[in-house]
Amino acid sequence: MDQDKRKFFFERFGLTERDLERYLSAALSAGGDYADLYFEYLTSTSISVDESLVKSASQGVSAGCGIRVISGERTGYAHTDDLAPEKILHAARTAGLIASGPSKVPVEGFKEKSARELYPVAAADADVPAKVALAMRADRAARAADPRITQVRASYAEEMRRILIVGSDGTLASDFQPLARMSVLCIAQANGNTVRGSSGGGGRVEIGFFLKEKTPEHFAAEAARQALLQLDAREAPAGEMPVVLGPGWPGVLLHEAVGHGLEADFNRKKTSAFAGLQGQRVASDKCTVVDNGTLPSRRGSLNVDDEGSPTQNTVLIEKGILKGYLADKLSARLMGMADTGNGRRESYECIPMPRMTNTYMLAGEDSPADIIRSVQRGIYAANFGGGQVDITNGKFVFSASEAYLIEDGVVTAPLKNCSLIGNGPDVLTRVSMVGHDLELDEGVGTCGKDGQSVPVGVGIPTLKVDRMTVGGTAPNADPGFLRG
Amino acid sequence: MKLETDLKQLAADVVRRATAGGATAAEAVAREGESFSTVVRLGQVESLQEAGSRALGVRVFFGQRAASTYTSDFSPEGVEQLVSGALALARVTSEDPHSGLPEPEQLGAFSGDLDLYSDDVNALAPAERIAYARRAEAAALAVDPRISNSEGGSFDASSGRHALANSHGFLGEYRRSYCSVAAVPIAQANGGAMQRDYWYSVSRSLKKLDSPEEVGRIAAQRTLRRLGARKVATARVPVVFDPFVARSILGNLFEAASGDAIYRSASFLAGKLGERIAAENVTVVDDGTLPGGLGSSPFDDEGVPTRRTVVVERGVLRSYLLNSYTAKKLGLSTTGNASRGLAGTPGIGPGNFSLQPGTKSPQELIAGVPDGLYVTEFLGHGVNLVTGDFSRGASGLWIQNGELAYPVEEITVAGNLRDMLQNISEIASDLDFRGSIAAPTLRIDGLTVAGE
Repeated sequence: MDQDKRKFFFERFGLTERDLERYLSAALSAGGDYADLYFEYLTSTSISVDESLVKSASQGVSAGCGIRVISGERTGYAHTDDLAPEKILHAARTAGLIASGPSKVPVEGFKEKSARELYPVAAADADVPAKVALAMRADRAARAADPRITQVRASYAEEMRRILIVGSDGTLASDFQPLARMSVLCIAQANGNTVRGSSGGGGRVEIGFFLKEKTPEHFAAEAARQALLQLDAREAPAGEMPVVLGPGWPGVLLHEAVGHGLEADFNRKKTSAFAGLQGQRVASDKCTVVDNGTLPSRRGSLNVDDEGSPTQNTVLIEKGILKGYLADKLSARLMGMADTGNGRRESYECIPMPRMTNTYMLAGEDSPADIIRSVQRGIYAANFGGGQVDITNGKFVFSASEAYLIEDGVVTAPLKNCSLIGNGPDVLTRVSMVGHDLELDEGVGTCGKDGQSVPVGVGIPTLKVDRMTVGGTAPNADPGFLRG
Repeated sequence: MKLETDLKQLAADVVRRATAGGATAAEAVAREGESFSTVVRLGQVESLQEAGSRALGVRVFFGQRAASTYTSDFSPEGVEQLVSGALALARVTSEDPHSGLPEPEQLGAFSGDLDLYSDDVNALAPAERIAYARRAEAAALAVDPRISNSEGGSFDASSGRHALANSHGFLGEYRRSYCSVAAVPIAQANGGAMQRDYWYSVSRSLKKLDSPEEVGRIAAQRTLRRLGARKVATARVPVVFDPFVARSILGNLFEAASGDAIYRSASFLAGKLGERIAAENVTVVDDGTLPGGLGSSPFDDEGVPTRRTVVVERGVLRSYLLNSYTAKKLGLSTTGNASRGLAGTPGIGPGNFSLQPGTKSPQELIAGVPDGLYVTEFLGHGVNLVTGDFSRGASGLWIQNGELAYPVEEITVAGNLRDMLQNISEIASDLDFRGSIAAPTLRIDGLTVAGE
């Protein structure tokens, strides 16, 4: 299998193992501890249906090679989108300028470790009309959902990333990484009120996934529901209160509150609010959080990371105690810890760094109904937009796109969009109940760090945070807020 | 001496091949550039990045059907695949009565010198570039012993050429340079919580870049003033936004006034042309022809000359921001704001989009607030442009009796953009472009600050 993947580059670009050794030698010609080459060949297709018309269809190819040289804590990097040998050699020497010293010689002979097969690798560029049909189905279903749906945009986007990685330590890895996603956006109008709702999902899947498992009609119905709900939404409350997070995508809480803060680079540099908290309590004993890159077909999953290391299931927090960081090769070496297979990059133009894969909390024992019943007055947040964290002071925010008031243990009125803000190192210490209903998101997450975007997954069971700041417009003190 | 690709010829050739292949119209874009980036952390070079990159994109029309493709492969085979792929892909798209290139008489380029390229950026030697990053960080570290750590100083430089051709006879090219210097210090006092902030300068010419020392010093001041930040009680108070965050609110206005959002009714400004949408002191201009501007270019990504457009005049919405498609949809004329990536249909991008300054100093604005919030950073993305609902994480300083009293964090600022624009009660004089969108310090009344 991997032989075939590797062959793609060897045949398409006329590469040989000798060439790769030569490039690595050039990269290490001024010294350095380590060098690697990352070849990427990315094809993408995207179809967009708007106002029931196929307004846009596009396809593209981007290919290139990124060359990295590490010398102590220093990284030199150069990339080229011209794969002629002299261009790669030039880039290799440019990257090597970071080092100064006698030249090093890469180890002889590459070793390819056996890797997992977490996703299908069939050619992704087949059958454009079938992809158009998916987007058209979503458009029809959303419009049919309710006469108040006045605008629909439905899109289907997919890519196939083929990579080949070789390192001066003998690393040789190759992978074909498919990624597909449907998105539906609805505008609903009634009584002079205009609102929006959106939905989407996918993963490292083939088109069959959207025909059998998560159909265009599924995403369309969800986007329409989200929009219609907003027609009746009232002002969200403002101030501290209990917050119940629904299962699945609200797991973005973990991604922002603890995930980024546990990336090894920030902890090596002691710029994270979690630096030095290893072995200490950072969550209630009901919380166990993992980062798992080995789940089949998930958006955040990878057979190997972008440094050629196999991905893993890494325990970050175990029963409330901080257990681990997410490492790439550089941080593993500098911190004397194991590489957890979290070295990722957006493309061949980018330096890899520690990144999350699929980050989620394991299921607890509470029933979701009991969790809601336990709240006298607070909010139930079922769905979110994006989030952001300041890893240094630990403050994080994420925006609820579907939320409701909880009044006397019952979920009542839908609320307008509002942000929730908290402090990463202590928010999980306030988790008092954890549901038995763990869900992962439907495959929509994209994480940004230092300008690099990578696909990720998140998940949680229903959980209750005893106290968090809800950023609505109706202050607690306002007696009108409960009655609207 | 490096051989440069003839981008104009390449783009024109792609257009010719597309029409020869049966397309009724075509448009091609060709880009080539080089970039440099370095980070110096705690005095040591942490990363050094250098690269050249290029890309080619084509959009083809068969009557009113359109499709697009892009590639980084400039070889004859790569170009051939690009064109044949687009021609094949156009078979799956729909007839759209509003699609097409701009009319020939709409095409052209702004004729003045826009001062978009400066040799000094390219000419700077690598060691000097590293020195910029090192100096910015060193200046930040030197300000105060409480600056205890750093995410580094950085220097970025790039330059690129951009060519556009279409089958209505447009053929143009321009070159731009870019440089920036930044510092990201971290402060800590008495074992308390760490704080991080940053500052930067960006320009098309080294000559106009702020000195690394000034960037470092401001970054340190912004960081130090956050030490000891606390939460505050939930309240409805006047809020003053520093230019850095005011810019982000202006960015929301830009998106809400963009033709794409308007024709879909996906904006709270849809149908509001000619109506009063903001306070009377609010005038907003988009100007793609500002010399040296980070949003300037002689023509937009459809080959339409850029221009100065008054978007909001004394509170009244005077113009949307349009490309030729959204203009046709709305029965209006393009404003020269087409912006395209390599693939897909063109979107809308700003020229230099700014809120016109007032006369008071920022200090005077703060002095006018007895009890309120001064916001210096937003966190998160909680803005809904369809409804105007606005709820974002924030940090900054609390204003007591007209003075900055103590730092605050872990709070949110919420309201609705419709009301926020109407409630801009003061605009300061400190307009300063650090990107293509800019705003001076401004005060908005009636917002809810949520904390404890």
